[in-house]
Amino acid sequence: MSDHDYTPSSKVGKWFNDRLPLLTLANHLTDYPTPKNLNYWWTFGGILTFCLITQIVTGLTLAMHYIAHADMAFESVEHIMRDVNYGWLIRYIHANGASMFFLAVYIHIFRSLFYGSYKSPREIIWIIGIIIYLLMMAAAFMGYVLPWGQMSFWGATVITNLFSAIPLVGEGIVTWLWGGYSVDNPTLTRFFTLHYLIPFLILGLVVLHIWALHVPGNNNPVGIDIKKPSKDTVPFHPYIVIKDGFALLMFMIVFAFFVFYSPNILGHADNYIEANPMVTPAHIVPEWYLLPFYAILRSVPDKLLGVVAMLSAILILAVLPWLDTSKIRSAVFRPLYKQFYWILVADVLILGYMGAMPAEGLYLLIARVATAYYFLHFLIILPVLGFKEKTLPIPLSITESVLGGSPNLATVKNKESLEK
Amino acid sequence: MKNIFKLFSIIVLFCFTTAQSNSAEKVDYLKTDWSFKGLFGKFDRGSLQRGYQVYTEVCASCHSMKYLSYRNLGEKGGPEFSEAETKAIAASFEVTDGPNADGEMFLRPAKLSDKFVMPYENVKAAQAANGGAYPPDMSVLVKARGGGVDYIYSLLQGYEEAPSGMALDDGVYYNKYMYGNKIKMAAPLSDGLIEYGDGTKATVEQMSKDVTTFLMWAAEPHLEARHQMGFKAIIYLIILTILVYFSMKKIWSRVESEV
Repeated sequence: MSDHDYTPSSKVGKWFNDRLPLLTLANHLTDYPTPKNLNYWWTFGGILTFCLITQIVTGLTLAMHYIAHADMAFESVEHIMRDVNYGWLIRYIHANGASMFFLAVYIHIFRSLFYGSYKSPREIIWIIGIIIYLLMMAAAFMGYVLPWGQMSFWGATVITNLFSAIPLVGEGIVTWLWGGYSVDNPTLTRFFTLHYLIPFLILGLVVLHIWALHVPGNNNPVGIDIKKPSKDTVPFHPYIVIKDGFALLMFMIVFAFFVFYSPNILGHADNYIEANPMVTPAHIVPEWYLLPFYAILRSVPDKLLGVVAMLSAILILAVLPWLDTSKIRSAVFRPLYKQFYWILVADVLILGYMGAMPAEGLYLLIARVATAYYFLHFLIILPVLGFKEKTLPIPLSITESVLGGSPNLATVKNKESLEK
Repeated sequence: MKNIFKLFSIIVLFCFTTAQSNSAEKVDYLKTDWSFKGLFGKFDRGSLQRGYQVYTEVCASCHSMKYLSYRNLGEKGGPEFSEAETKAIAASFEVTDGPNADGEMFLRPAKLSDKFVMPYENVKAAQAANGGAYPPDMSVLVKARGGGVDYIYSLLQGYEEAPSGMALDDGVYYNKYMYGNKIKMAAPLSDGLIEYGDGTKATVEQMSKDVTTFLMWAAEPHLEARHQMGFKAIIYLIILTILVYFSMKKIWSRVESEV
């Protein structure tokens, strides 16, 4: 793991480090050579780590006061909001923290898509990332069930019912998931258990994610392999630490705005109505971060195929490193891919919007077109583009790049437009 | 630096557009100035106290508020009745306690620690007394409705003659802000219905505003503390961000690169 030998200066340090090389690890982390041209899109890894830790710490505190019982869950949440010291703050951080977590993870994923960070030799980092993303969705969904409001209950009913689409064993699986014949107390208690477990699984995978990253090192906006350490790199500490810190603070300002001034704007009003199995809400909608997949699910007329489409939409990302046939990583040097990239971004945003709208008429039509395009992008456009696209010349190194010696992306872009 | 601002504004924009698209079903609600909105929003103490009066004299005969206790009425950031007033309010209600040493349940005046007394024994009793409709608990009602305070405020003033051609069953009323326009609650307020202790004229508009303010507080009892802390937190973050920005500039000036 370490690129260099490290000997602690103190005797005690050396004695300890010979038995457990924690100091070597710490030294590796601080010295870790990082490309010096990383832009702010690269700060979201650190931001996501912050989000995970925030969710775990606030979640632990909430779990001390929350009661996972169908008759008491809603009341215990109100107890937290009213009578627990700063309970409102902890709960609002946790609830909005989930949204902030997904906001950051989407930026992180789309950064990777733009700069081709998923390509060789970083496929394993990418696949671990997709698994983390899947676990995040599971954790967020189960967390949303815990307050036991109307959206909790009916969201849980709709999502667990998806498993009934599986031929032959579907119904049995749903009963098994529920622990009964409907979403009820056994469902709530197992969701609470799993909601508590998953963040620690994510934490473990994050360690692997970072470990796998530290083998080849970071990709960078130019997307070329760099020698490390070299004049193209800077040590992680203090350069990247301070930069990540600055970006994190900016992120926290947005976060704080939501927590303190509109804590409920990202949630659904119906979730402040206690769960009632006898009354179905007019529209059952998932949280905003799941809407694109919800739109894909609903745009397929057949239930089983809808579920398959929704799952494929996520799992297709796992094989992305092999679907994208281009050897060039960064979209900066791929003029066509860059355009398709932004179309994909728009496509996902459109899907998200359609997921929030009723599945009928024009909305449904647009959702179907957008769903088709989503798969078209990954299955046809990307593989073909790798062979057909005429890419721009790539600089040999970050510092001594053929594009004028500037590591700055803006300069690279300017240069590009000048050459046209 | 230009990039970071671009990124920052994209995030802010994105947040607002998602927030906007989530609050679907746009209706033009009646507007009024809410003192509790905005960065420094605080409740109007007088309005909260009057709102409590409207609740207890009008709404409480059907609507429960099961998550509130009488002690809340005297707490900071709420109506802030004095301790004597709060105790007097509590004592004016009777609660069932027990069992006592003889195994009997008994009635006693409510204490500060008691929850608000419920108007009905249970949901079925409430439905039976209200033509099958359950008057929703009001503790978090404002947060449980899409339009929030504006919706409640409008609904209370939204009673009208049903348009011709619309048939209404017995015990169903027309309200232009209600979802589907049919509501099982008769217009609860009328001018001069109650007499305010502080001499404010009890118009429907005034009472609607007061009781809605009260409901907002009931749903968010720590709203004032939240706004105050939020302002401090954000100022602190901004100062820290500026300091870290300059430290970053200094550190990065050692390498030839633009941050």
